[in-house]
Amino acid sequence: MTRALRRAPGYLFLGVSALLSVLPLYFMAVSATNTSQDVLASRMLPGGALVENFLALVASQDVASAMWYSTLNAVVTTVLALVVCSIAGYGFEVYHSRGKDRLMSFLLLAMMIPFAATMIPLFQMFASFGMVNSTAAVILPAIATPFLVLLFRQSARTFPHEILEAARIDGLRELNIFFRIFLPTMRSTYAAAAVITFMTAWNNFLWPKVILVNNTYQTMPMLISNLRAGYVTDYGVLMLAVLLASLPTMILFLVLQRSFAEGITGAIK
Amino acid sequence: MSLLASASASGQVSGTAPGSGDVTPSRKRRFGIEQRRNVTGWVFLLPAAALILLMNFYPMAQAFILSLKTGRGTRLNFADPLWYNYQRLMQDETFKLTVQNTFIYLIVQVPIMLVLALILANLLNDKNLRFKGLWRTAIFLPCAVSLVSYSLVFRTMFSTDGLVNDMLMGLHFIDSPINWLGQTGTARLVIILGLLWRWTGYNMVFYLAALQNLDYSTLEAARIDGAGSWRTFWHVTVPQLRPMILLTAIMSTNGTIQLFDESWNLTQGGPAYTSMTMSHYLFELSFQKNPNFGYGAALSYVILIMVALLAAIQMKVGDKRD
Repeated sequence: MTRALRRAPGYLFLGVSALLSVLPLYFMAVSATNTSQDVLASRMLPGGALVENFLALVASQDVASAMWYSTLNAVVTTVLALVVCSIAGYGFEVYHSRGKDRLMSFLLLAMMIPFAATMIPLFQMFASFGMVNSTAAVILPAIATPFLVLLFRQSARTFPHEILEAARIDGLRELNIFFRIFLPTMRSTYAAAAVITFMTAWNNFLWPKVILVNNTYQTMPMLISNLRAGYVTDYGVLMLAVLLASLPTMILFLVLQRSFAEGITGAIK
Repeated sequence: MSLLASASASGQVSGTAPGSGDVTPSRKRRFGIEQRRNVTGWVFLLPAAALILLMNFYPMAQAFILSLKTGRGTRLNFADPLWYNYQRLMQDETFKLTVQNTFIYLIVQVPIMLVLALILANLLNDKNLRFKGLWRTAIFLPCAVSLVSYSLVFRTMFSTDGLVNDMLMGLHFIDSPINWLGQTGTARLVIILGLLWRWTGYNMVFYLAALQNLDYSTLEAARIDGAGSWRTFWHVTVPQLRPMILLTAIMSTNGTIQLFDESWNLTQGGPAYTSMTMSHYLFELSFQKNPNFGYGAALSYVILIMVALLAAIQMKVGDKRD
């Protein structure tokens, strides 16, 4: 009994934190089904305006296109980032040499470069290639990040050397060792990296906003941000759009949560 | 190290394949393998290294050159004096205001968030805690939502006739609705609350990961010595987490200095620029109205220097107490 009492503040703190964390998301989900008036009346129960909101949203915005470009950007970025950064991390660790270690420490400095400081020259660079308003320009700067390279280098550190040597003795070529042995054993690291990259790419706002000057290729975050800019905001429609923009990353996170935590931690039981 | 490994590998060859003739490969040949592997390593890391150089370091250098130029659009010339843009920045009242706003967010929000994250992680790390997965998922869930999304949800919740006012009035904390986004103090407060909501769980995950690697015997020893849970937490757990605290402090500082999405979507920088961040002002200078790339680049370099300085200070402070 006393033990339970001693634990009570902890549970209370966790409970309140969890409630406050979920409340805005619940409000978002519920409001997507309510009329604008009901949202402003703070109705906290699901309503019947979901279809109405959806039709109003689709009538005013090209949601399908924004969803498609968001998906395209996020998927292509994630696939390319995983391949490019994992093979680099593997290269830095498995074939490490003094030169590579030095290069790695230098590349890590890029983590300290704020995006703001590269944004204008990046825009100019892509403009000079005629790549303004292109999906490629959205994707290219997001592929290689020092953080992902570091993550994979750390995980390559745990890759047993005996396996590597055994594979070499079996006559496997270096590239095949990477794809056939390293890649499958590091599944949780890949899952963590995939979640992080997909979310960052899907949610990225500033760079797409800069480089996608007209709204043809606009992404979901851009679309919902533009909805806000209208003179009269229909809050039900707005919350539905926000929900649609958030669902993919939320589902991905919930599905891959365990591997994500494992990849970050190294190993939780 | 790798030479040693390949030596042991050749030993294995002689063990598993008897009668393969020459058991010790010639020194020259072994060196050849080493060299080839070294090159393989460089090839593997080349695409990522090239992209990071091209997409981060090169533009960073370009931005500095650009910051010394003035002019509109693509017609840019070196300024006279070269540091003209920086001089102008020092007299720009709007810039000063955005620096002040950004630092208010930084100084108020980051410490509160990191302490909250530490407490939550410590609570969640309790072996006897029930519904652990539920708590962790709920508290981390805000991180799955984009900055734009949550900014718009908060904007709706904190509108004058929104959820927060309704709740506070229902509980009789206030008599009339507060115009949250229309006043300087409350607009900044809403941004800080938003940041806390969005990022506390994120930092908690890093602390949780660090706690998994904590030396458990030190906690046991503290308990045997009769230290209470608070003292154990403060004197045993926190010192061991210092590298992770340093990392999260640097990451959060870095993120807060570059804040854009919230300023743009939640408060629109208002009222009258008093909640606008530096990055928001940078965007306005560079890509709206009369774009001025040179002046924008100068501002972006001030942000870069601030990030570097703050990281250096934090590393110095973080290392000192060792």
